This record gives sequence, structure tokens and C-alpha cells, in this order.
Amino acid sequence: MSTLTLLASGDEFKAPGLELFEFPPIISGVPWFTKPVLVALLSTLIVLIFCWSAFAKPKLVPRGVQNVAEMGYMFIRDQVARPFLGKDADRWMGLLLSLFFLIWVWNLMGVVPGIQFPVVSHIAFPFVLAASIYVLKLYLGFKHQGFFGYFKNMMFPPGLPKPIYVLLAPIEFLSNMIVAPFTHAVRLFANMFAGHIILAFFSLVGFWFLFENLTPLGAPLGVLGVVMTIGMTLFEMFIQFLQAFLFAMLAAMYIGNSLHPEH
Amino acid sequence: MITAARLAAEEGANSPLLPHTYELVVGGFAFFVVLFVVGKILTPRIQKTLAERTDAIEGGLKRAEEVQDEAKRTLESYRAQLAEARHEAARLREEAREQGAQIKAELREEAQAEARRIIEQAHAQIEAERQTAFAQLRVEIGRLSTDLAGRIVGESLEDEARQRRIVDRFLEELEGAGSEAVR
Repeated sequence: MSTLTLLASGDEFKAPGLELFEFPPIISGVPWFTKPVLVALLSTLIVLIFCWSAFAKPKLVPRGVQNVAEMGYMFIRDQVARPFLGKDADRWMGLLLSLFFLIWVWNLMGVVPGIQFPVVSHIAFPFVLAASIYVLKLYLGFKHQGFFGYFKNMMFPPGLPKPIYVLLAPIEFLSNMIVAPFTHAVRLFANMFAGHIILAFFSLVGFWFLFENLTPLGAPLGVLGVVMTIGMTLFEMFIQFLQAFLFAMLAAMYIGNSLHPEH
Repeated sequence: MITAARLAAEEGANSPLLPHTYELVVGGFAFFVVLFVVGKILTPRIQKTLAERTDAIEGGLKRAEEVQDEAKRTLESYRAQLAEARHEAARLREEAREQGAQIKAELREEAQAEARRIIEQAHAQIEAERQTAFAQLRVEIGRLSTDLAGRIVGESLEDEARQRRIVDRFLEELEGAGSEAVR
């Protein structure tokens, strides 16, 4: 447990740590029903309602929610699906759009007042998503390139001098089979995890030095904490969007590589 | 010892890199529900709509052109029909006029023929009546002549020779006039 302590007027300021991510069951006796689970399910419901109200009866001339959701669709199609999947883009839009919307809303929960918990800062959630993409990637790779063809295309890309393969093959294998799914999940998780700690830290600084323990010396620090909280919240919102986008983009890249081997 | 073990276990469970089993289940459930509803049901709908929109925009111009062409063609065909109709009307009018003239001529001829026929009939009737009148006149004249003759014979026998001449002359004249009238 990392602890950062600051001395301020005798009382000890204790920076928030891992306890930020620990929640007791909401109903005692139902151990699985904790705040992260509740927020995860709530976010899912929000995504479903949002998408349903936007796309259930789409109009040729979009209005209201459909306009907003279509912007999301266009963004994913033009920035994620088409560059990586080309003509297969439309077939995988459903998966990529689901990933993007679900992760983004899960992330956004980190800055929604009163909820303030990014769901994917619990690694189980990004892990499930990354694992699903991993399984899909292998399945598509085997299906489109054959079992051995898949590994051959992965580890022995043509057109390189022979000795290179001694080095390249294990690296490629490791990178594609182990590192990629791991980083896929952990990148998302770590960003949200760190972001949550940073937000909690700055807001606690503000709260501590302005309300809990107001001193002439500590007050400017408290103001700085509030300013930083606001700034970091804006930055965090950008990161939340970026990570959702990045996760979908990597998924598209993995799928694209399985459908059509590189090189 | 037990406390330590529980602490260790809790520590393990709380490690941020170790996933909670129930969260895996909830995460998986959430993902597949979203994938089903958004990915399988809703995405095809919006894709269809977007394709229709593209088609509407791209095809709109082409369709408008086609419709304009069609309209132009229709207008031309209407114009042609109108011209034909006018031509036809003119032709019919001309024909009617000709027919009218012909009918008029025929009627006139007929009327003339009828008039001629009536006049002839009238002539014939007049001739017949004249004949009848002449025949009657002839009988009358005979009777009158006889009368006259009787009277002449009866009154002046002394100038018998003169009387006879008078009668003869009278009859001759009468005969000449009668034959001329008959003819």
C-alpha cells in the first residue's frame, strides 16, 4: 500500500490509496453486489437505453439522440473500422461500437458526480473484454489462415534475411500471444486506475486543507487542489474517451490482422 | 496465525491486478448483452439507414434528372398529340365542309328535279283538262251548230242557197280552228 503523508498542523494528511477500490457489499449477505458491479450494470443499462433510443427506429434525417449516436458511429467507422478492416469494416461495426460505447460509459462513471467510480479500474472488466477479443482474434486467425498458417504468418513474415527469424519468431510469438492481450486489458485498466487515484488525491487535498484542517499555510495548497481537481477532471474525461477509442482500435487491429495477415 | 492468513488472503483479493470472479461474470454479462442489443440488433438498423441516406443523396440527383427527362418526354409527346389532334380537327372540318357542300348541291339538284317533275305533272294535267274541255266543247259546238242550223233552216227558207254557204263556211272555220286547237 503506497502511502504519502504530509504534515499539516499536527494532523496527518493521508493520500488516498488502494482502499479507494475496495467496496463492501451494498446488501450484506450478497457478497457479489458491490458498488462496481452496480455501476457496471447501471452503465450497461445506460448504453442500452441510449443506443436503443438512437437506433431502434433510425430516421433518414436524424434528430436528437440519433444525431449524437451517429457521430459516435461515424467516428468508430471512419477512425477505427475502416483503417484497420477495410471492406470488412461494416461486419465488425457492431462489436467495435459495443466495445466503444460500453467502455466509454464505464469510464465516464469516473467523473459522474455521486458515482465517481470508473468501472474498468477493477481489472476484471477490461480483462473480460480483452479476453473476448483475444479468443475472437485466435478463432478468426485459425479460420482464415489455418492453424499453422496463422502462426507462420505471425512468426515468420516473408521477406526478411533468414538469421533475423531466430530473433523475430520468439518476439513475435510472445508479443502477439501473451503481451498483446495483457497490455490490451492493462492499458485500459491502468489509465482508469491511475486517473481515479489522481482525482481522488487532488479532491482530497482540496477537501482536507480547506474544510477539514483550514490553516493559513495549508489554504493555498487546498485551492491548488481544487483547481487541479477541475483541471484533472477535464483531462480525465479526455483520457476516458481516448482509452475507449484505443481499446476499440486495438480490437479492430487484432481482428484485421487475423482476417488478413500482415506483410 | 489465522488472522495473518486472513489478512494475507484479503491482501491477495485486494490486489488491483487480480480480478474478482463475480466481476468477471458481471463484466462478461454486460459485454454480451450490449454486444447482442447494440451490435446485433441496432447496428444493422443504423447501417441500413446510413446506406439509405447515402443512396438518397447520391441517387437523388440522378433520379431528379431522370424525372426531368421523363417530364420532358411526356411534354413532347403531349405536344405531338396536340399537334396531331389539331391537324385531325382541321382535316375533319375540311371534310365536313366538303360534305356539306356536296349535300347542298345534291339537295339543290333534287329540288330542281322535283320542281321539274311537278311542273311537268302540272303541264300534263293542264293538257288533259284542256283535252277534256275541248271534247266537251266539241259536243257543245255540235249541239249549238245543230241548234243554229235548225234555227236558220226554220226561219229563212227563201234564201236557202245563201244559208247553206254560211253553214258550210262556219263548219269549215270551226273545223280548222278545232284541228289547230287539238294539235
